[in-house]
Amino acid sequence: MSLILLFTTALLIEKIILISVLFAITLGVAAYSTYGERKVAAFIQDRLGPNRAGPFGLLQPLADGVKFFTKEDFTPNAAERWLYILAPGAFMFVACMTSAVIPWGTQLTIFEKPVDLQVADLNIGILYIMGFVSLGVYGIMIGGWASNNKYSLYGAIRASSQMISYELAMGLSIIAVIMMTGTLSLKEIAAQQAGLNWNIWYQPLGFIIFLVCALAECNRAPFDLAECETELVGGYHTEYSSMKLGFYLFAEYINMFISCAVIATLYFGGYNFPGVDPGWLGGFMGPIVLFAKIIFFIFVFMWIRWTIPRFRYDQLMHLGWKSLIPLSILNMVLTGAGVLLFEN
Amino acid sequence: MQALTNRSKNVVNKKMTFMERIYLPAILKGMWTTLKHFFRKKNTVAYPDVKRPFAPVYRGWHVLKRDAQGRENCTACGLCAVACPAEAITMVAAERQKGEEHLYREEKYASVYEINMLRCIFCGLCEEACPKEAIFLTDRIVPADYVRQNFIFGKDLLVEGIDPANRIDVTKRQKHIQEHKTAATIQ
Repeated sequence: MSLILLFTTALLIEKIILISVLFAITLGVAAYSTYGERKVAAFIQDRLGPNRAGPFGLLQPLADGVKFFTKEDFTPNAAERWLYILAPGAFMFVACMTSAVIPWGTQLTIFEKPVDLQVADLNIGILYIMGFVSLGVYGIMIGGWASNNKYSLYGAIRASSQMISYELAMGLSIIAVIMMTGTLSLKEIAAQQAGLNWNIWYQPLGFIIFLVCALAECNRAPFDLAECETELVGGYHTEYSSMKLGFYLFAEYINMFISCAVIATLYFGGYNFPGVDPGWLGGFMGPIVLFAKIIFFIFVFMWIRWTIPRFRYDQLMHLGWKSLIPLSILNMVLTGAGVLLFEN
Repeated sequence: MQALTNRSKNVVNKKMTFMERIYLPAILKGMWTTLKHFFRKKNTVAYPDVKRPFAPVYRGWHVLKRDAQGRENCTACGLCAVACPAEAITMVAAERQKGEEHLYREEKYASVYEINMLRCIFCGLCEEACPKEAIFLTDRIVPADYVRQNFIFGKDLLVEGIDPANRIDVTKRQKHIQEHKTAATIQ
């Protein structure tokens, strides 16, 4: 009895440490994504970007954080007070939850004890992520609605219909991967892509569909109609200020980070890289490789944002319903045919 | 119908080709363009750290010069104030007392000399009018301020320092004015 207790306590401590580290990394990446975004934007526009706070402006996220905390926390008079306060928290919570099933590497050996580099190896990992991504709509919807402002409401409605539309194509493109790998567990999907046996070689169309849908799910340009500064002031967070606004912006960057992690895991081999054993450096090589891939995809997301102008809303819906969904169904059929042909 | 000008263009509502409709080649082309800009030399001049060289004829913050012995050149004749089209200059003349010979070059000097930097149009007529080579416009920028009162620059902000390190170089400007004056006399 006491042995079981000891074992569960050890497991609990291990998981708590893993979650804390993951949480800290997620927040750190989100903070530095804001810096990266401004630098990438500046470089693409032939500017220098933030370079005042610290060397190369590296302390800029810290300064921004301090600014967010010290600004006036304003609640509009007509807002639905509790929902207004709840919404950014809900959005942030959902954004942080998704990182639990990402496999960061194979195993670490700490004090001669193997430690899985994954908070939870759910056998339905990818479904879990899809579920939490869909819950993300609530944070935006509640926030936009509770603000009692027409721009916020417009932004919220746009965001929710956009996210729901693109989830379909996203799910269908993932189904093709699942048909190929035969598992819903992200850990096994990553393990199957050892070396250069990445899913992107088998699923190029699926990857493009997934990438476009991920951009739409993160409400990022060219699909940032939910924010849409030029039409809707600030979209669903027009009425938000101080750290509540900070939470929204932060959660968006966390979402981007997780999307990039999922893209890297599903299509680009996760922690695998040809010629590099994820077990090197005591198991730390896997996370480093995955991290490099994630950083690359975050850069691609930013690169796209500062290249392509925003879609019109009808174009967005047209692309989602009339192009991506048929394409992903086609991709599913092709994958099914391929699986039948090559695996029998 | 005959066209009125040869500038008119025929507009065609052309159907997009398949390559144009799938949109991806255009996106990749655009991303290639932005990537090239990513590595291009930046246009920004990081102003307070890096200052762009001024044109030799740049006219900014005035200086009241001292001579080689560190005595103020200005004799408060008021010609600059008369020449000033914006009426930005005022001064109060005073007589040099005994023992002040090391401060002022001639018997009369300006005890108060003020330029209103909000009125000044930096035309440079004051330095052309000056018979004593006392006032020059320099390539220093008049700093911004929140209060109008602070834009009235007195002698504390105009007269250059005595020791050589605090002297303000006006040779560029001197040469330019000399040329200007010679050209005027020839005419």
